[in-house]
Amino acid sequence: MQNILSVQSLTKKFEDFTAVKDISFNVQTGSIFAFLGPNGAGKSTTIKMLTTVLKPTSGEISINGFNALKEQDRARASFGIVFQDHSLDDELTAYENIVYHAVIYKVPKKERAERIRRALEIVGLWDRREDYVKKYSGGMKRRLEIARALVHYPKILFLDEPTVGLDPQTRKSIWDHIKNLNQEKGMTIFLTTHYMEEAEAIADQIAIIDHGKIIESGTVEEIKEKTDAESLEEAFLKLTGRDIRDENNEPANKMRMIRGMRRRNRH
Amino acid sequence: MIEVIYILWLRQLKHYWRSKARLIGSLGQPLLFMVAFGFGFGPMYTEASGGANYMDFLAPGIVSMSILFTAVFSGLEVIWDRQFGFLKETLVAPISRTEIMIGKTLGGATIAMIQGLIVLSLTYVLGFRIPSLASLGLGLVFMFLIAIFFTGLGLAIASKMKDMHGFQLIMNFLIMPIFFLSGALFPLENLPSAIYFISRIDPLTYGVDGLRGAITGMSIFGVYNDLAIIGLLSLLVCAVGTVLFSKLEA
Repeated sequence: MQNILSVQSLTKKFEDFTAVKDISFNVQTGSIFAFLGPNGAGKSTTIKMLTTVLKPTSGEISINGFNALKEQDRARASFGIVFQDHSLDDELTAYENIVYHAVIYKVPKKERAERIRRALEIVGLWDRREDYVKKYSGGMKRRLEIARALVHYPKILFLDEPTVGLDPQTRKSIWDHIKNLNQEKGMTIFLTTHYMEEAEAIADQIAIIDHGKIIESGTVEEIKEKTDAESLEEAFLKLTGRDIRDENNEPANKMRMIRGMRRRNRH
Repeated sequence: MIEVIYILWLRQLKHYWRSKARLIGSLGQPLLFMVAFGFGFGPMYTEASGGANYMDFLAPGIVSMSILFTAVFSGLEVIWDRQFGFLKETLVAPISRTEIMIGKTLGGATIAMIQGLIVLSLTYVLGFRIPSLASLGLGLVFMFLIAIFFTGLGLAIASKMKDMHGFQLIMNFLIMPIFFLSGALFPLENLPSAIYFISRIDPLTYGVDGLRGAITGMSIFGVYNDLAIIGLLSLLVCAVGTVLFSKLEA
């Protein structure tokens, strides 16, 4: 099996804080890869580096055979991403949002209308395409973001907590779409989630990251076996401990907090 | 390339057109300035200058002012894009940062131009007349260059800002001084040396002087010198903006 994504000794330092420490892993073409970890473990920082919006301190990333640091545009054309937080333009309609995407991803003009229609149909939003995004519910926005990420036929789709804050119906329908894409189009899926049962149900391969390091990886069965756990959730808790992590433990926030504290101490 | 720039441009125009409150609201300030200063200082100016009409002096200044503010705001809008998450969508796309900079600069500059044209037509209502079509044409060139320069400046600043907290700082310590010391409201003559110096390094000074020279014939530096200066500055700010954008991380 070929690797569509290959990460070598990836490290990201923010001033005095190391968010990601020398991680390496491979994702096989056509697989569903779940990247799990507690809040602040380094998941989002890693995804940001994989998707070229954050420069690593050191390490190598290869996406679809392209060096994500040197051949940025070709790497960028190879993946689609659904970000953890909102990334739609509320002041445009759903259709306009997707057209914008299709153009900046250089989808050939002739194929554009057809591809957009199919993507919107997959997520069941074709009838609501002329609505402004600000009128959409949270679940509809999420589905639209997924549809948008499909328009340029990515080889690998990054999903950063795609089902957070959604009701069970919407979560189920989103996972169904994602499974379909994986099976029918052979699209590789790279996802993060806090719902262990979702990861257990869908993922072929799993890597668990904590404190910026990958502490375990393998199939669900392998991980359960190694940790002598009944479920992935149990395995996850055994590996990462039961301490509650700070919410919103983004490195940027952390730094701001630390700096704020220092400033206060100086007075 | 062209299509990418076009879609970035189109998005900004749609935002502008759909926000009627902003469109109308931003006409209030230039109108107020024109009426208050025009009628307030008019008689004084006429007396001091020996018979000249203040509206002729003020109109190009107010047009420049409305372009300045609209352009800078359009550039700073990138900060909203960042906060609402939309900037990431553009930054992960396989397009060059130059395309993003050009698209956004042209989008903001077009909006500023439209705003400037609306204000220019308002000055017509208040009695300001442009002598010929040729001078109007040259005036439009200056309006466009002012729009480009200040949109580019707004974008360059926005690329360095994480949120809107620094907005007041930029308004009060950069944009307002640029406006007040550009000669938009009063002639830049017989000034204390410090103010004189600042007014000479103020980019808008050359924009206002050029626009005024083009549409009223009153110019200190000469229209073509102004054209060269504001044209070069526009190129420079766009180049700097492109470099800053290429370093942008979401």
